[in-house]
Amino acid sequence: MTIFENFLHALTPLNLLLAVGGVVAGTIVGALPGLTATMAVAVLTPLTFTMAPDSAMIGLGAIYTGAIYGGCYSAILVNTPGTPSAIATTFDGFPMAKRGDGDLALTLANLSSVFGGLVGALGLLLLAPPLAQVALAFGPVEYFWLAVLGLTLVAGLSHGSLLKGLIGCAIGLLISMVGTAVVGGDPRYTFGSPLLLGGINIVVALIGLFCIPVLIDLVASPSAHLRLSGEVRGYRLREAASLAWAGKSNLLRSSVIGTVIGILPAAGGAIASLIAYGEARRASGKPGDFGKGEPGGIIASESANNAIVGGGFIPTLTLGIPGTPADAIILGALLVHGVRTGPNLFSDQSSIVYTFMFGLLLATLLMLPIGLVLGRYAYKSIIAVPKTVLAPAIALMTVIGTYALHNSIGEVWLMLGLGVLGWVLSRADVPPAPIVLGVVLGPIAEQGFVQAWLIGQATGDLPGMFFGRPISLAIIAAALLVLFYPALAQRWRRRRSAQ
Amino acid sequence: MLKKTLFFAAMSVAVLAAGPSVAADYPERDVTYIVPFNAGGESDVTARMQEEPFKAVTGKGFVMQYKPGAGGAAAWSQLNGLQDDGYTIMGINLPHLFLQPMSGKVGYKTDDITVVNVFQLTPHALLVNVDSPIKTLDDYIAQAKQTPGAITVAGTGSNSANQVAQLTFDQGAGITTTYIPFTGTAATTAALLGNQVSAQWGFTTVAVAQGDKVRMLGVALEERHPLFPDVPTFKEKGINLVGGAHRGVAVPKGTPEETREAISSVFSKVNQNPDFQKKMAEAGFILINVDYAGMDEFMSGLGKEYTEVGKALGLVN
Repeated sequence: MTIFENFLHALTPLNLLLAVGGVVAGTIVGALPGLTATMAVAVLTPLTFTMAPDSAMIGLGAIYTGAIYGGCYSAILVNTPGTPSAIATTFDGFPMAKRGDGDLALTLANLSSVFGGLVGALGLLLLAPPLAQVALAFGPVEYFWLAVLGLTLVAGLSHGSLLKGLIGCAIGLLISMVGTAVVGGDPRYTFGSPLLLGGINIVVALIGLFCIPVLIDLVASPSAHLRLSGEVRGYRLREAASLAWAGKSNLLRSSVIGTVIGILPAAGGAIASLIAYGEARRASGKPGDFGKGEPGGIIASESANNAIVGGGFIPTLTLGIPGTPADAIILGALLVHGVRTGPNLFSDQSSIVYTFMFGLLLATLLMLPIGLVLGRYAYKSIIAVPKTVLAPAIALMTVIGTYALHNSIGEVWLMLGLGVLGWVLSRADVPPAPIVLGVVLGPIAEQGFVQAWLIGQATGDLPGMFFGRPISLAIIAAALLVLFYPALAQRWRRRRSAQ
Repeated sequence: MLKKTLFFAAMSVAVLAAGPSVAADYPERDVTYIVPFNAGGESDVTARMQEEPFKAVTGKGFVMQYKPGAGGAAAWSQLNGLQDDGYTIMGINLPHLFLQPMSGKVGYKTDDITVVNVFQLTPHALLVNVDSPIKTLDDYIAQAKQTPGAITVAGTGSNSANQVAQLTFDQGAGITTTYIPFTGTAATTAALLGNQVSAQWGFTTVAVAQGDKVRMLGVALEERHPLFPDVPTFKEKGINLVGGAHRGVAVPKGTPEETREAISSVFSKVNQNPDFQKKMAEAGFILINVDYAGMDEFMSGLGKEYTEVGKALGLVN
């Protein structure tokens, strides 16, 4: 089959239907906190066993990309990331919704997600084999420095007091240490409880720290959940498009960051969106606006997290190494279909691969109209529902979402406990974002550090391990830039004005 | 409406009356199969592949559930609290069931878990990158002797099957290597392919999946693996490392004896399915058949072996 025939094959009625259905189902599941993209794919995988392998892959790819996108709905409307990859969307999405721009935020998130998804899918289609090398070039020490780069974001996430931001981040790092240590296997901070042995799941922490404080405030304050703008303003597509156009370099940079981080097997969407957010804030002329409803924050987070879909498939298809947990499930499903991914897939079964890639592109494009309509519906129902119904509905959702993770009632209590802790801390001006930053990045930093230390010691070149590798040095430079750029920029500006 | 209620009342009486003989025509509905790992892992893939032959044998399917956490302990510690009517089964992995309770309080003891069938073995394999200067098992041992501890070997997790293999092999060969634990097979294999480490302790399945990107130096079987006729066994080289990770299914401890036997016999029959056998062999798995009757002997044999391993790992005195 030629490439063009593969393209036509992706357009058969069944495949089109699967792409549409997959995006709709994925978006809805992704919008519910607790039901992550990985779960959406896992739950819907058995339905594809009766299909041809390429149709099955198109369906699963569509569900996956839809679910990653859907995470922005609850991030923007109720300040709770629907999937971990939407964490950074809450930072500016919710403030925008609060001031009455929720419709604009949703449309902007849609445009950014579609753009990021397209960049990732095109990277997969055109550059998969060379890009896959990135996954191999990243060793433990690179993961460690990447996590450090992510942690420098704490300065940007702590509004006002850096000290309180650091306290929050340290609490997050402590939370991430609970459970069985990967290196060494020792149980830490488990207090003899089997529940804590598996560690505190990131989704449990997200729902607790982000959603419960919102819920408490919703009940405790008389004002409406979101400010209403007088008249219904439609999709505000033109406004969103001009915002996206104004942020085009942000859009492109974040999509590339998302694609590259998606390729890394031990990273993931949460890290991609956090790093893209940090970079967008640094490169912006007005970093102070980030976290207060700056559209650039949504652009960065949403384009980066959808770019990881295409990026994650790069090592999955070329190396047989899944880029993200959802990719691992799709890889497993392919094995059941008898399709063996890895080095030989492109030569032996290239028609399946190319049909799938075109299918993914198609699903991403379909996300534009589907997402706009679903987003509009979600916004309307959130503002139409009275607070007395909204609060219990969200409360129920947090409990069900947490329980659905592992069918564990213990984790529900854990989520509620963290929620109360998060509320108390937010009263003391410690925002949830730095805490979650610590929870997400802690394990990666720790593991990378210990592994790099062990390898460096074994090979007798510890300094070379940490400071002698080109990619590491580039990441360190980026981290230093993030840390010191604001101070340097200020000094330059002062010198210029003195002249 | 009333008719319906009466019908259901009659049904439930009938079911109650039929209670004890449930094993005879097991299963009468779909079985909940809990995988204690993430979807997409080897345990999940195995279960998915079993579903088709399971349907062929029983006419019923699986309802898959995932309960990952703490290397499986999060699920196993809950097993005995689940419904014990034979319609909830849980995947188990060895040596996990032996080593985890040794390493501390994990919420269960090895004897708490009622294993009814062990159907598969994934043999240990020692792998290097295809570009590695280490060409053979002898090269590997020679280099490790020359520079003790300088060879870095990736594996999945601490106190895991991979670390057991590393430790047993190193003791047998009289060498020292440095074990680097990673999370998940994906990250481990990426580390090997990217030359971040010198070798990897994995399974034959990894070698199958990576094809000509990796070189398998040896395999922990009594005889050579049919897919790798050129790769020696460790035994050939005089090192007593035979085994790997076993997979099977367990039930909550209240499950009646005859139901346990019924489940065991269904899984034994699944293993007889030629299509299933072919798929599993191609992926590098070895099918074995330990049924409920032979389980005590099997588990106590392995238990003794792993107690020794636990001593070497410093988990027990």
